[in-house]
Amino acid sequence: MKAKGFEKAVITGILCALVVLFLTPIFFILMNSFKGKLFISDNPFAWPSGEMFVGLENYTEGIRKTGFFSAFGWSAFITVASVLVIVLFTSMTAWYITRVKTKLNNILYYVFVFSMVVPFQMIMFTMSKMADMLHLNNPLGMVVLYLGFGAGLSVFMFCGFVKGIPYEIEEAAMIDGCSPLEIFFKVVMPVLKPTAITVAILNAMWIWNDYLLPYLVIGVSTPYKTIPVTVQYLMGSYGAKDYGSLMALLVLAIVPIIVFYLFCQKYIIEGVVAGAVKG
Amino acid sequence: MGKPKKKYFAIFVLPTLLAFLIAFFIPFILGIYLSFCDFTTVTNATFVGLTNYVNAFTNQNFLNALWFTVKFAVVAIITINVCGFTLALMLTQGLKGTNLFRTVFFMPNLIGGIVLGYIWQSMINGVLANMGVTMLMDPKYGYWGLIILMNWQLIGYIMIIYIAGLQNVSTDVLEAAKIDGASRWQTLFRVTIPMVMPSITICLFLTIANSFKMFDQNLALTGGGPSNKTTMLALDIYDTFYGKVGFEGVGQAKAVIFFIIVAGIAMAQLVFTRKKEVES
Repeated sequence: MKAKGFEKAVITGILCALVVLFLTPIFFILMNSFKGKLFISDNPFAWPSGEMFVGLENYTEGIRKTGFFSAFGWSAFITVASVLVIVLFTSMTAWYITRVKTKLNNILYYVFVFSMVVPFQMIMFTMSKMADMLHLNNPLGMVVLYLGFGAGLSVFMFCGFVKGIPYEIEEAAMIDGCSPLEIFFKVVMPVLKPTAITVAILNAMWIWNDYLLPYLVIGVSTPYKTIPVTVQYLMGSYGAKDYGSLMALLVLAIVPIIVFYLFCQKYIIEGVVAGAVKG
Repeated sequence: MGKPKKKYFAIFVLPTLLAFLIAFFIPFILGIYLSFCDFTTVTNATFVGLTNYVNAFTNQNFLNALWFTVKFAVVAIITINVCGFTLALMLTQGLKGTNLFRTVFFMPNLIGGIVLGYIWQSMINGVLANMGVTMLMDPKYGYWGLIILMNWQLIGYIMIIYIAGLQNVSTDVLEAAKIDGASRWQTLFRVTIPMVMPSITICLFLTIANSFKMFDQNLALTGGGPSNKTTMLALDIYDTFYGKVGFEGVGQAKAVIFFIIVAGIAMAQLVFTRKKEVES
């Protein structure tokens, strides 16, 4: 079924056209982010030339008005801290409940798996009330909440992998006098690395882009707003908006993701496929 | 085995378990209980039986949201899967630049729903401005806007899974079909598609689940407007909880119904994939 010369050219042509189509929205906000705010609604598709072009003004204004760097910092902190905590603790849990066969561990496994199918709306009200009561309504508390809500998928993926590791290696280490902690960190962890990368990527994508959980738990009247919360706070509000700085904000919001994607593309695509097939 | 390990439960399992109890398990149980109660905060609940469920099922907004979600899901599932599969076929022809194309098509998937929603909101409103209307003037703009947005976001994702499936189809079988004189279309429909059935199942369920659970994009693109006509299930639940005081019980009942729908889809997927595995 492989295509021949002429067909290849046709298909390549179609694909090139589609690439342009796919990039249009990105290009659209990039173009408008260099336009004066009054021209964005009047001439949304015009090239920012002549009097329309304002250089980096929207960016400097946008960064100042929206507190972009603060939002970026909190998004980065919450994402990185949560991912590290999730990968460490859920891999330990998964290994333990797979290797130590007790009734409790078996039940735990099924409860973790069950939690994967529960949509966030089911628990959003009660969870945010509990977070308030336990004083988890701050960036560090968010890490605990992400560990708890993200545990299901991560434990499930690690368990699937641990089941495939031959037990003999661990047994040999045990006979050599290693404690379970040594076995886990020196023998199991290195083998788990590919799965750990997959789990880290899936969780990073989810947490970085998550809106509702930080919005409900931390809210908008604190200095801890993340990027999605900031974007929704400014774009979703009523009244006159400064579209110039908002366009700049949208561009700034997607730049970190695209840079990250271009550097770790292979892992991201592989991770997403593995997550989809298993989850 | 494992006897000496048991005392390590506290180190290995407890941190995850505690977080899990706080962030999932207790809120989940409490959520089910509260769906049978009248309350405004968790502490002032009084048991009211099935009243909340009756209210949820007779609530016009909820029924509209359910119907809108189904209408959205059907079209989104078909368009996303057909486009994703077609792209996957094109990208498995050994063309030059395949990696570049794959990179670009997959990229929108990484952009979060809120940012994505506002990118499209500004662009669609820009297009509609030429006709002198905005997206919030007629629900049909919001509907098609959501479909386009969802396609843009998910086609690349679905495409990647189909590519993985297509690469597993052995070339021997395809060559055998060619030697037997099968046409291109016959090979596609009689050989290739049956052989990537597992991928198709995964992709169908992924798009169904994503369509039903959609929230961020809905909130950002239309916010449910005009007058709740483009509100999907998840957003309707959110509006019921936080839109006005006194309907928290109804909101929680809607959330339980929503959970049952989503869990039902996941169960159906499990049963379906298991059955397929036995057959093959």
